[in-house]
Amino acid sequence: MGKKFVDVTARFSASGKIKPLNIIWDDGRVYEIDRVDDIRRAASLRAGGIGLRFTCMIRNKQIYLFMDENIWFMEVDS
Amino acid sequence: MDRVILHSDLNNFYASVECLYHPEIRNMPVVVGGDEEMRHGIVLAKNQIAKTYGIQTGEALWQARQRCPGLVTVPANFKLYLKFSKLTREIYSDYTDQFEPFGIDEGWLDVTGSTGLFGSGEKIANEIRKRVYEELGVTVSVGVSFNKIFAKLGSDMKKPDATTVISRENYKSMVWRLPVSELLYVGRATTKKLKLMSIRTIGDLANSDPKLLQSSLGVIGLMLHRFANGQDNSPVAQKGAEAYIKSVGNSTTAPRDLCTIDDIRTVLYMLSESVAARLRGHGLKCTGIQIYVRDKDLFSCERQAQLPFPTFLTKEIADKAIDIFSTKYRMIKPLRSIGVRGINLVPEDSAYQLDLLTNHNMRDKFEKLERTVDEIRERFGYKSIQRGIILKNKEFTDISPKDDHVIHPVGYLSGKII
Repeated sequence: MGKKFVDVTARFSASGKIKPLNIIWDDGRVYEIDRVDDIRRAASLRAGGIGLRFTCMIRNKQIYLFMDENIWFMEVDS
Repeated sequence: MDRVILHSDLNNFYASVECLYHPEIRNMPVVVGGDEEMRHGIVLAKNQIAKTYGIQTGEALWQARQRCPGLVTVPANFKLYLKFSKLTREIYSDYTDQFEPFGIDEGWLDVTGSTGLFGSGEKIANEIRKRVYEELGVTVSVGVSFNKIFAKLGSDMKKPDATTVISRENYKSMVWRLPVSELLYVGRATTKKLKLMSIRTIGDLANSDPKLLQSSLGVIGLMLHRFANGQDNSPVAQKGAEAYIKSVGNSTTAPRDLCTIDDIRTVLYMLSESVAARLRGHGLKCTGIQIYVRDKDLFSCERQAQLPFPTFLTKEIADKAIDIFSTKYRMIKPLRSIGVRGINLVPEDSAYQLDLLTNHNMRDKFEKLERTVDEIRERFGYKSIQRGIILKNKEFTDISPKDDHVIHPVGYLSGKII
């Protein structure tokens, strides 16, 4: 279990909302985010950190994507 | 109607934050310690596992390691703790605008007016606990009662992550059996005096003759008697009461003992600079200066004096501090720590009596100069511009005081000290 910092493409709406569109892995692969189901402030005990947590669906798999200030991270199995 | 007051206390705050960020040490004994090379090598916080080894907050790190050989020590990261402190306050502010911080990790909430919306004090306390854990990954203990003193006792009773309700019905059975030293403002000296009067528990104190307490402890005796009987009616300050700052001070433990007046002058200047910058930041001026000294045998004392005019100028604060030091303190032993505090604060634009001999135009110019320095530092960092005196003796001044010293203990009676 660990913390993986990732590059993210996001859309900043005119009303100030942020929506992540895709995640870019270190090897260059891009994973499109199909849907964001929930956004809330949350801690990640698995990754070790806090932030705004986006519950995202990617290819029918649910993942948590965290934004802590301007850094995005995910929980991964190490 | 009784008030509904919550006292919320973040459990093992610094250590909990570190354990959250470092999952690999979560199941080990962990302490957060000061910088040993800077001689701040003491235990600032410990996690639950380190606690079982009998490690005490405030003891030296080497002592703690002796008690617990596998101890993990983590350096403190105050910026992160301040962030967490701010985020917990944001959660509290969803329930009330009356939050009075008591240090970085605890504070009182008056939720009397919110019970109609959110339910009983206990319900609000449980909700806050749940949210703090889910959103911040750390735990709080909350005491719920009808006054601040009992609420604080409550938050100390069950740890970690628990709610304790002390009501008018149960306070005698819950509070009165506790040793009197648990009460706020009963320190070592008072405990000793009370013991001489056979007062050992809070119940003993509550049932003793207030006149007798007054003759031995003065007005504090009467106050403690009220505290023990649940009659504390001090209000929870409004949020933003930081504006009513009573004093602004900075102190430091030097990397080596301060032996000469030159050493002391340098450190006093550095501290005064920080005090002055913070006063300017709050839009305040001080009309008195207090210094604090602690020698190498840990004997400490405070001395103070008035200023001729309200000021937030470094030079005036430092000169006064140095003047107090040289006229009101007799240095016998080298000093370990020293502090400067601006007291009797007034708003920066308040009127004051001018005199004929002081060049007040010059003072105005200095004010502009110091504000310019603030701006430069804001843009380019603290060390981008410094005084000559501070460059002269670099070993004492290798810190950025305004950033590093934002966490201060707070007095209950004296109000907020930032």
